[in-house]
Amino acid sequence: MTKTTSRIIKVDALSRVEGEGALDLHIRDGKIKDLKFRIFEPPRFFEALLRGRDFSEAPDITSRICGICPIAYLLGSSQAMEDALGVSVTGPLRDLRRLIYCGEWVESHVLHAAMLHAPDFLELDDALQIAKANPELVKKALKLKKLGNEILEVVGGRAVHPVNLKVGGFYKVPTKARVRSLIEPLKWAIDASRDLALAFGGFEFPDYEYDYTCVSMRHPDEYAIQDGRIISNRGLDIGVSEFPDHFVEEHVAHSNALHGKTKTGEAYLVGPLARYNNNFDQLSKLAKATAKDAGLGKICINPFQSIIVRMVETLYAFEESLRIALAYEEPDASCVQVTPRAGTGHGCTEAPRGICYHRYSLDKNGLITKATIMPPTAQNQKQIEIDLHGVVERYMDLADEKLKWRCEQTIRNYDPCISCATHFLKLNVTRD
Amino acid sequence: MAHKKPKLAVWKFSSCDGCQLSLLGCEDELLDVAEQVEFAYFLEATRAKVSGPYDISLVEGSITTAEEEERIHQVRKQSKVLITIGACATAGGIQALKNFADVDEFISAVYAHPEYIKTLSKSTAIADHVPVDLELRGCPINKVQLLEVLGATLVGRKPNVPNHSQCMECKMSGQVCVMVAKGQACLGPVTQAGCGTICPTFDRGCYGCFGPKELSNTSALAARLGELGLDSKQRSDLFRTFNAAAEPFAKESVKHD
Repeated sequence: MTKTTSRIIKVDALSRVEGEGALDLHIRDGKIKDLKFRIFEPPRFFEALLRGRDFSEAPDITSRICGICPIAYLLGSSQAMEDALGVSVTGPLRDLRRLIYCGEWVESHVLHAAMLHAPDFLELDDALQIAKANPELVKKALKLKKLGNEILEVVGGRAVHPVNLKVGGFYKVPTKARVRSLIEPLKWAIDASRDLALAFGGFEFPDYEYDYTCVSMRHPDEYAIQDGRIISNRGLDIGVSEFPDHFVEEHVAHSNALHGKTKTGEAYLVGPLARYNNNFDQLSKLAKATAKDAGLGKICINPFQSIIVRMVETLYAFEESLRIALAYEEPDASCVQVTPRAGTGHGCTEAPRGICYHRYSLDKNGLITKATIMPPTAQNQKQIEIDLHGVVERYMDLADEKLKWRCEQTIRNYDPCISCATHFLKLNVTRD
Repeated sequence: MAHKKPKLAVWKFSSCDGCQLSLLGCEDELLDVAEQVEFAYFLEATRAKVSGPYDISLVEGSITTAEEEERIHQVRKQSKVLITIGACATAGGIQALKNFADVDEFISAVYAHPEYIKTLSKSTAIADHVPVDLELRGCPINKVQLLEVLGATLVGRKPNVPNHSQCMECKMSGQVCVMVAKGQACLGPVTQAGCGTICPTFDRGCYGCFGPKELSNTSALAARLGELGLDSKQRSDLFRTFNAAAEPFAKESVKHD
């Protein structure tokens, strides 16, 4: 008779992520018996509480879905409303929106790469421990993150839940002097973010690759951030309003977040890796060179290397910010005028973690009758479970504590924003 | 002998993470703060978990589930000083909009399988469940106020956190009144100061994210908002956002339902 060996590994409250999630892993005789990535972040019912509210309130209300990526909500909902109301925001106001979104990419990417993800590669608990060994690296990262927040403050009034964005544009455009004050720090930041990308490129990366279905936005003229079409590396190319025809949400028992999948039931990937793989050709010369020097090809399918991609995107966001700041002239009007009417509108932007889709229906007075929001982490959830399966199978021989850490690191590859997804993680591993 | 650092814990309940992020947003001060306190439990920032009791607990988020209702008592028991941070923890947050609605209908509006979802019918402030030593307002909190409260608590003095109105704050900073000069709807007269006068400097009326100040005359303001042309629904909605369940705002919003 063969002896049955059982291992149970549990992570009850995942750390260094935004929000509350857990992982249950049950291994029997060297095979995965059960693996569940659970989101137990309590539901807050945004889509229900928006009903009956004025269209103009959606940006401020939905921004409270997430304190790390409020622009994805402020802007995604604004653009959906503009779509419903038949206006578009172009020219210098669109440039200002791109500038503040660059600020959010920087603040979120640097926080995650340097403070939440990097400790995994160094087998340290947190960035404060990195600071003991390499204070200059951590100080540099903090300074970069601070500059991201400054961009948010200059354009939006404050770093968390900015107040200056609205349907149609802004309440007040920033002065030329305020925007120009960013120029010198931005020049420094481009070099400093390259340093960090190269430092992270020197990490040892776990051996795991996956042939992802990468879904991202694509814009004809620039690396997509705030608008464009939705594309994939499998040939998908659709307008934002067609999103619901191609992607669906599934409600599973072990998660308070709805799982996103393609209409044919497949998992897909959104976020930095998907953007990089789909839109590498549109990165700047320096961003491409930095990716190469940090060890990346034109395609990256090792999710652990997303830490490098985040710094490449950070560098690009600083270059874009500099370009916009140098060209900035105060526009005559701070917003486009909008008039309420009945209709349905769609909006989609590239949140730091991936595409974030909004759809709203309005009655003739501009009151919201229906709201649907698909945040990036909900879309990635199914793919995270697939990666976890692959990583556990590859690293089955690791001792429980090391395997548990490797699983946590696998989840952190996604920079999961659990607060967003709920409408997310604890790790529990069981080995029989 | 080395001085033992006080233990700081950061706890999350129902929230967007924005207030605890404000601590990580203290980029210039974070390493100095870490010199003064031990991050004993701070899931968003570290894997390390040091057991209690904790000298200072920062609590973010509101109570919306039975599990949270239970957990906040455990947090209180392990904490010498418990400080609530942000509108969710101090007033129930934006998710308290469900307090004014039928929660079962809310669940079926968002989820295909309502039976998988466990939630309380109301989102409530931390102080509704356990004694709170200090409340820090805001949606989100102001990081300058957070550093002031942490610093004061560490040395054992009263923190300098003003409780006058935003309206007063505008007058003191010389900000032109957006309600008087431009006829914009503004909650400044009834809202506690602390954000740093952000909205009016961006040509926008205060939307009350720091919640009601003590003894706020909401009915006088509502009357004036009516004169400025806001209908009853607009007045109700203005009071009913991130601090919807804070008593003075809740009462005023219900009057205009």
